[in-house]
Amino acid sequence: MKRTIENVESQFEMFQIINEDGEIVNQEAMPNLSDEELKELMHRMVYTRILDQRSIALNRQGRLGFYAPTAGQEASQLGSQFALEKDDFILPGYRDVPQLIWHGLPLYQAFLFSRGHFHGNQMPEGVNALSPQIIIGAQITQAAGVALGMKKRGKKAVAITYTGDGGTSQGDFYEGMNFAGAYQAPAIFVVQNNRFAISVPVEKQTAAQTLAQKAVAAGIEGIQVDGMDVLAVYAATKDARERGINGEGPTLIETLTYRYGPHTMAGDDPTRYRTDDLDNEWEKKDPLVRFRKFLEGKGLWSEDEENKVIDQAKEEIKAAIKKADEQPKQKVTDLISYMYEELPSNLKEQMEEYKEKESK
Amino acid sequence: MAQMTMIQAITDALRTELKNDENVLVYGEDVGQNGGVFRATEGLQKEFGEERVFDTPLAESGIGGLSIGLALQGYRPVPEIQFFGFVYEAMDAINGQMARMRYRSGGTYSQPVTIRSPFGGGVHTPELHADSLEGLIAQQPGMKVVIPSTPYDAKGLLISSIRDNDPVLFLEHMKLYRSFRGEVPEKEYTIELGKADVKREGSDVTLVAYGAMVHASLKAAEELEKDGIQAEVIDLRTVMPFDIDTILESVKKTNRVVVVQEAQRQAGLAAQIVTEIQERAILHLEAPVLRVAAPDTVYPFSQAEEVWLPNYKDIIEKVDKVINF
Repeated sequence: MKRTIENVESQFEMFQIINEDGEIVNQEAMPNLSDEELKELMHRMVYTRILDQRSIALNRQGRLGFYAPTAGQEASQLGSQFALEKDDFILPGYRDVPQLIWHGLPLYQAFLFSRGHFHGNQMPEGVNALSPQIIIGAQITQAAGVALGMKKRGKKAVAITYTGDGGTSQGDFYEGMNFAGAYQAPAIFVVQNNRFAISVPVEKQTAAQTLAQKAVAAGIEGIQVDGMDVLAVYAATKDARERGINGEGPTLIETLTYRYGPHTMAGDDPTRYRTDDLDNEWEKKDPLVRFRKFLEGKGLWSEDEENKVIDQAKEEIKAAIKKADEQPKQKVTDLISYMYEELPSNLKEQMEEYKEKESK
Repeated sequence: MAQMTMIQAITDALRTELKNDENVLVYGEDVGQNGGVFRATEGLQKEFGEERVFDTPLAESGIGGLSIGLALQGYRPVPEIQFFGFVYEAMDAINGQMARMRYRSGGTYSQPVTIRSPFGGGVHTPELHADSLEGLIAQQPGMKVVIPSTPYDAKGLLISSIRDNDPVLFLEHMKLYRSFRGEVPEKEYTIELGKADVKREGSDVTLVAYGAMVHASLKAAEELEKDGIQAEVIDLRTVMPFDIDTILESVKKTNRVVVVQEAQRQAGLAAQIVTEIQERAILHLEAPVLRVAAPDTVYPFSQAEEVWLPNYKDIIEKVDKVINF
């Protein structure tokens, strides 16, 4: 009897363009980006690292609510988003706020999302995205629907959705890929494999040696990418996008990455399930460090430049927090008014009741 | 006017809306080529093409998620869940996601989705086909639940559901699909969601029902008339939100009420209806409001369903109690 699994797994080699030392290891895969675009990628990663640090601090001061730290995952998050166009639709998981920000969600709204204010979820006109999903994997079947809708409309756009290693265990992960595959819809499924689903290591999540190989069962393209290499993530997403809009179907992209911080700021303690050795091993792969080296080698980046981004980020974060503070308080009557287009009889009565309560 | 079965009226409504609005999409397991396991979508793929009427892979959660995504692209999806007992597979997509979209996006996105699904007992199905699970969805803010009892209502309510800009669950009782014909206008018409219909007028007792239990109630009313009792039968048609005004108007006239549901008694819709009545009209009541419901077991294997399902005799028994209280 012919055994297949080893043959399948050996097909999924990690795709990398620049290594930990910032050296190009795969010249032919080098994406065609201008110097300005390369610098913009670095700008975004530095900015997002600062945003993460400030968000953690603000959370500790009680000035932010729900927050899932992003440091370590910048290349996976921003490299993939950088390959998108405005018309592409993002269906993020709960850690994927940076992609929304660079897709057009104003920073103060990202803070309002964290604080549990509905205005944080109101995408401005022209920002094609949902707010972050909480149920692991629910967004993946929805992405298949958005992609099928785009295909039916003849749009040259893709639906891109994000989940983590844990998300690939959900039935919805397979259903979403399988639906998109069956309809050859332009969907991109990004799995940020940061090795831990809260505390459960990926080895306990599945017998699969790679998560990218899960694409095979759905009959779609799959690729494993160095998720700490922003250029590799960008190039893989760009390729997936092009094939998507050319009618060549969906793609699964697994990015190998790591979250330096806790799962969320709500009491998770990574020392319970991760070793210092592992943390150190991954910090050596840091996406900012290697891309900085790469850019410095090309004479495109300096400490001065980096400090400018840091100052700009800090200032904009401060202003955004101020703007978030000024947002009117959320009311139960707002909640009622957004339940249906037209209030049914039960909510009409309850609207009156809460108007009365909230006027006191 | 044409005489149609309920299933024909449903097909007619789907055809009407597929013609009216190019954003209407009809799909589900076996819905395309095969025309649906009950033939509800018979001929529609041929008439409107595979882009508009199509088969899906066999996965209810996927169908739910697909619908959400299509609605986000401006479509007006009409998915079918092949049998409503399969809805557990799609519960997050419906209650967890679709129902919340308008609120969680602060009114930015809506979900004009109509989920059609056959349900209901008495037709000897295997497990998890016949269960009355409307309460699961009715309990979810953001959803509407519609259950017609006649071909005429089915067409008008389905057209209204499809045109509604919020998600609607449209449940079709399998026993009613082909059991009788009724007059259905060939032209298009709508029936407002949330409005009950008095299917029979009476002055002595009010029977509140929906789905197949409307017919059990009408049969009970016929029998009761032989004993000189005039029962009024209210068909809710939309069970969430339900038409409390029509119920109260009737209660003020009859002063006695029995609420009838095919679902199990525990945490059912009837309990909600009874509560609303006693909160708003207790001084008009001459007797406690009683319920007719199935026992609190899982839906039985088909050999036991005739006894398990509430019938007109069960209704008469409760009516006797409220009359003689």
